[in-house]
Amino acid sequence: MSATLSETTQASFVRHPIRLTLNGQARELQVLPWTTLLDLLREQLDLVGSKKGCDHGQCGACTVLRDGKRINACLTLAVMCDGAELTTIEGLASADQLHPMQQAFIKHDAFQCGYCTPGQICSAVGLANEGRAQTKGQISELMSGNLCRCGAYNNIRDAIEEALPLCQQQGGDQ
Amino acid sequence: MNASSKSIGQPLDRVDGLLKITGQARYAGEYPEDGLLHGSVVSGSIARGRVRRIDASRALTLPGVVTVIDHTNRPRIASDDEPYQDADAAEGSPFRPLYNDQVLYSGQPLALVIAENLELARYAGSLIEIEYEAQDHQTDLAILQNEAHPAPAELPKPRGNFQGEYASSALSVDVSYSTPIEHHNPMEPHASTVLYQPDGSLHIHDKTQGTQNCQAYVQKVFGLEKDQVRVFAAYVGGAFGSGLRPQYQLPLAVMAALALKRSVRVSLTRQQMFTFGYRPRTLQRVQLGAAANGRLLAVAHTAIGQTSRFEDFTEHVVEWSGMLYHCDNVELTYKLVPLDVYTPLDMRAPGAALGLIGLECAMDELACALAIDPIQLRLLNYAERNENEGKPYSSKELRECYAQGARRFGWDKRNPEPRSMREGRQLVGWGMAGGVWEAMQQKASARASLDANGQLTVSSATTDIGTGTYTVMTQIAAQASGISLENVTFILGDSSLPTAPLQGGSFTVSSVGTAVQQACEALNEKLLAVARQTCPAFAGATLEQVTFADGQLRLGEACVSLAELAQKSGETPLQVQVTAEPEEKRQAYATATHSAVFVEVLVDEDLGTVKVNRVVSAIAAGRVINPKTARSQILGGVVWGVGMALHEETLTDHALGRHMNHSLAEYHVPVNADIGDIDVVFVDEHDEIVNALGSKGVGEIGIVGVAAAVANAIYHATGKRVRDFPITLDKLL
Repeated sequence: MSATLSETTQASFVRHPIRLTLNGQARELQVLPWTTLLDLLREQLDLVGSKKGCDHGQCGACTVLRDGKRINACLTLAVMCDGAELTTIEGLASADQLHPMQQAFIKHDAFQCGYCTPGQICSAVGLANEGRAQTKGQISELMSGNLCRCGAYNNIRDAIEEALPLCQQQGGDQ
Repeated sequence: MNASSKSIGQPLDRVDGLLKITGQARYAGEYPEDGLLHGSVVSGSIARGRVRRIDASRALTLPGVVTVIDHTNRPRIASDDEPYQDADAAEGSPFRPLYNDQVLYSGQPLALVIAENLELARYAGSLIEIEYEAQDHQTDLAILQNEAHPAPAELPKPRGNFQGEYASSALSVDVSYSTPIEHHNPMEPHASTVLYQPDGSLHIHDKTQGTQNCQAYVQKVFGLEKDQVRVFAAYVGGAFGSGLRPQYQLPLAVMAALALKRSVRVSLTRQQMFTFGYRPRTLQRVQLGAAANGRLLAVAHTAIGQTSRFEDFTEHVVEWSGMLYHCDNVELTYKLVPLDVYTPLDMRAPGAALGLIGLECAMDELACALAIDPIQLRLLNYAERNENEGKPYSSKELRECYAQGARRFGWDKRNPEPRSMREGRQLVGWGMAGGVWEAMQQKASARASLDANGQLTVSSATTDIGTGTYTVMTQIAAQASGISLENVTFILGDSSLPTAPLQGGSFTVSSVGTAVQQACEALNEKLLAVARQTCPAFAGATLEQVTFADGQLRLGEACVSLAELAQKSGETPLQVQVTAEPEEKRQAYATATHSAVFVEVLVDEDLGTVKVNRVVSAIAAGRVINPKTARSQILGGVVWGVGMALHEETLTDHALGRHMNHSLAEYHVPVNADIGDIDVVFVDEHDEIVNALGSKGVGEIGIVGVAAAVANAIYHATGKRVRDFPITLDKLL
């Protein structure tokens, strides 16, 4: 380590151990303090399904589920995830079956380019877990943190409206 | 020929859907490699001047920072304009990143930090100090509008006598509109991953709408051989025009890879997505003169657009005003003002999305002045021919768009009086507008390849930017070949595949789709030839006598599987490649898609907030290959139109010459809650001229006219004409 670096900068290069459950698997990881959860997933673990659209918590493309709740992975430091149970888009489907939300997105053509899609789907599963959305209007409002530049909003709403009851039947297992 | 296989016209789910909804589709910045280096672009902060000094010493002390590249130490790049002039280049001298010390616009890339990981690259970038010699700049179109020069664009010549007829018209409107800078902002920021191969060649995953455009650019700019550069774009996270030209992250990543002989990725930040092309700000004036009965006697449309000081960006802004309505006296003018900014870039329905704001709002103003229903006014002036070109249309079902759209919307219940409809404190407004976009076709190639198991693979170097290309090409191939959908794969996004044009202008189905169709038909001919020689039942059979269906060749009771014929052919896979060009017969016709858009807005009387409550978009675009994905294209276009009308505006601090709201929090694109019901109607339109598929493409037409329809609805709700877009609440209070 260069002697000319300040203490703060030097601290940035020290890795910290964390343990977490990621898509059902226990993981022990060494992370730098300035690494976000999103960059941990994408750069270190090659789980690129969680997308980087803005890196500022403004677009929702990085939405993942932490203990069943939807969070912006770009605004979460990896070191904050010690002990967390995380589900990303790669972990939603079971070995032989898509998650009902994924199925509904395909059926309703709720995406075009697909880049916001993992975030939309994770956000929608989080919404199902919250149990707050009863109407299309509520779905719309509560999904407004997930931008879709292709403009698939109507189809996203239709997909979520159809899948919400199915997700809730599953008992919020995500 | 293929009686039983009708995959064209089916609402097939996207064939790439499974990969997209499970997070398995990889985009340009998502290809890993051991030892991959990460680049972070350092953006300039002055609008004009030169770089006196770049001090990277602090950045270079950080362990893991590999190098910092700027104009003083970059690898050699071409010095002429020509190598930089890509397939969508504007006229002039294209921008060359890190070429010299000149600063041409704020946000210009001035250095590239290469480090072992992303965080480090970005942190190191923050330590780089740049000394400038700033010069005076001007970024405000309004200030220099009187110095505009004629755009280097071929406009239709003036026809008739506009001035004379306008002066003597019974009624006239003379109105000016302005539209702001807008940025494409695809959800995926631009990124290039350059994988340095052991032999020194480059495999590049790029965010682009044209793999071969980027391949040629890199090859020419860096003086490489053709086989040293291969560009891939399997999945593109939206583009909307932003990928039509190679963007600067591509040459920067290549520079680093060549300098270090290592693999490098450069991804732009969201802020840097505001440092290249955009939809230009325009100032428009529309003059319409009409007889008392509503017949248009004179039309003039002038647009002034901004451009950079190094290129003259042109698009088709005003032409539409000479073709959408019948009028004998027309004058169209298009000018440019060079500013200290980056060159604008085609953005969804370039030109038309702007020009139709002026024309279709002015038509609404004229309808009000005449006290004629806006649809009636349009029907009175319906153009049977494209009067700019003096040609009939290959097909034009715009009347049906007006009729079916109006019916679905319930237009006949509209009280034409502004402020006449309300729901509590919400003023209700109903407005409409028409839209038009060219139906173009470009030369394109495709290869069809049938293996011994009967699997058909069709390929072309096109892309799928979310438009559904993978899916619709699969459908076209299945139908043309008589092979069932599950046995057909379409491959794209690789510059080494058969030549395809840029994916833009709504011409991919028309161009690549036609090539796919012809490739499959040529394959069938080859299969029949094999059958004639190897199957006695088919000896002497002609193409007209046989059918290809369900993976079989049939003639009466006789039947042989195509897989078997491929095996018997002696060349597996059995392969053909064709190049499809627009047919001669198109020459005699004008070809276009049309739309009629109906909008209901709710305007809060106290707060001025506007909600687009429902939209009906009636589209005439020829044959629809896949109603599901085509509808999605139109939905997206409508959402973009709502954004144009109400939300999107890149704000520039002209004192600093830089964009201020360069984030998705402050550059507003519509969110889910901003979008009401959208009803898409595809009107039947039969067209045997446009191409053999009879399909015109739907990527652009969905946006055209929407912003005008929203503005007209807002007038109807409030009695207020806002001519300065976007129509934000402050302008309504």
